[in-house]
Amino acid sequence: MSPVPAAQGEETKMARTPARKKTAAPARRKTSARKSATATRAPRTVLLVATRKGAWLLHGDAGRRSWRIDGPHFLGHVINHLVLDPRDRRTLLAAAKTGHLGPTVFRSTDLGRSWKEAEKPPAFARREDGSGRSVDHTFWLAPAHASEPRVWYAGTSPQGLFRSADGGVTWAPFSPINDDPQYLKWFGTVQDGTPDGPKLHSILVDPRDAKHLYFGMSGGGVHESTDGGATFRPLIDGMEVVEGFPRDDPTMHDPHCLRLCPSRPDRLYQQNHCGIYRIDRPSNHWVRIGVRMPKKVGDIGFPMVVHPRDADAAWVFPMDGRSVWPRTAPEGRPAVYGTRNAGKTWRRLDAGFPRAQAWWTVKRQAMCADAGEPVGLYLGNTAGELWASRDAGGQWKCIARGLPEIYAVEAAALP
Amino acid sequence: MKVLIASPLRSYTGERAWVEASGATLAQVLADLDRRYPGIRFRMIDEQQRMRRHVRFFVNGEQAFDLDQKLAPTDELCIVQALSGG
Repeated sequence: MSPVPAAQGEETKMARTPARKKTAAPARRKTSARKSATATRAPRTVLLVATRKGAWLLHGDAGRRSWRIDGPHFLGHVINHLVLDPRDRRTLLAAAKTGHLGPTVFRSTDLGRSWKEAEKPPAFARREDGSGRSVDHTFWLAPAHASEPRVWYAGTSPQGLFRSADGGVTWAPFSPINDDPQYLKWFGTVQDGTPDGPKLHSILVDPRDAKHLYFGMSGGGVHESTDGGATFRPLIDGMEVVEGFPRDDPTMHDPHCLRLCPSRPDRLYQQNHCGIYRIDRPSNHWVRIGVRMPKKVGDIGFPMVVHPRDADAAWVFPMDGRSVWPRTAPEGRPAVYGTRNAGKTWRRLDAGFPRAQAWWTVKRQAMCADAGEPVGLYLGNTAGELWASRDAGGQWKCIARGLPEIYAVEAAALP
Repeated sequence: MKVLIASPLRSYTGERAWVEASGATLAQVLADLDRRYPGIRFRMIDEQQRMRRHVRFFVNGEQAFDLDQKLAPTDELCIVQALSGG
C-alpha cells in the first residue's frame, strides 16, 4: 500500500519519498550519517503520522498549503505514537512494535534520517511469583516539563507509567502506580479495556509546575499528581459511566482523551466514553459540556483538541456510539464539531468532508492543532486519509490518502 | 550452535539469517544472542521471562516451550515467527 497525493487541486503538492528499507531496520547504531538538511527559514509545520503499518512525516510549507511526504519509516511496524520534542525540536521518539515482536521505542535526532533503538524500552518490574505484567505496546509518549529537558513519560498497554531521564534511551517504571494494589484493581482486566488492550494515555504536564501531572486510563479514570508522580489520586467527580455501574469506582470510567489548555492550564477538556467534559481547577468536578451537542450526533467520540491560545476553543470528532458502537461517523457524514465558548454551544465544521457514505472515524491520538494563526487542524482517519484545515476547521482538505489505518497525528513546529 | 533468525529480527543481525550462539540452555543461548545483538532478546522474551505470543523456538525440529530446556553445541535452534491475519 502506498500513500498517494490526494486529488484536491494543484496547491496540494506531494513529493513521495521512496520507501527506505533502512528505516525499518531497528539497528542500535545509526543507519546514516548524513548531515541534517534543516533549512533556516520561517517556522514550518511537520505532521507526524503514526499508523498500523509504519510512520510518515509530512512537511508543510510556510503557508501550510503544500505538503511533502516522507516515508514510510518502519514499514510494517505498528507505530502508536510519533512525537517531536518541543524543547529541542530535534528529538523524535516512535513507539513501535510488530505483529510478532515485543514493543520498543526508536529515537531519531535528525527528523527520521536515522533511527536508533532505545537501549532499555519500557518494561514492568519482574515478579518472581509469575504474577507480573508485560508491556504489550507503548501507546503514549509525552515530553516532560520544559525545566526537565531530557525527561519523557510513556503510557503503555496494559496500563503502566514509565519515565526516561535521558531523552528516551532508557526507560524505567515511574511512580508506584504500576505495582500499587489499589491501582492494579482500578486497571481492571483486559476485558475492561479497549479492543486492542487497556491503555494509559493523555499524560499531561502542567506548564507552571513540573510536579503537577495528569493521566487517563481506558479503563480506569482520570488521575492527578501534585508531587511529581510520587502519588496519584482519582479525579473522576462528575464523570458519567455506563448505566448500571457505580460512578465512584475508577475502574468503570473510560476517558478517551484529555487535553490541558496551554493558555489556561487550570482548564482541561475531556472526550469520554460517556460524553464531553470540561473542568476548571481548582474545582474537582467535571462538567458535561457535550449535552449541548446536537442530539442526533451525540457527544461520543475519541479525540479532543484544544486551541493553543484560546482556552474557550476546542474541537471533537463525534462518532456513532449507539447500540453496538459502530465507531463510524454518524450517518456516514464525517464532521468536526467546535466550540468557541468553552462548550456552551457547538458548531458543525464539515466543509470539504464527504457529504455521505463515509464510514470512517478518528482515533484518540489522531487529531491535533498546530500553533499557526489562524490555527490549523489535522486529523487522520481509520481509512488512511489525512485531512487538514488552515482555518480552525472552516474548510477541510484531504492532503494524503492510501496510508494504513492512522493511529496518531501530531503537528510540530520546526525551527 | 547454529541459530536461524526469523526475518523480523534480522535487522539486529545485519540481515544474516544464520548466526552462532552458545549456551547450555535455551535461556543461555538467548542471553548470548542478546550480548552479540543488543536488544534482540526483549523482542522475543518479555520482562516476566515469558516467550512472546507470536515467537516460536524449535530445537532440531521440535518445538521448545521451556527456557530451561537443555541444549547441546551440535543442536540447531530455529527462531520462527508465528502469526496469521492482515
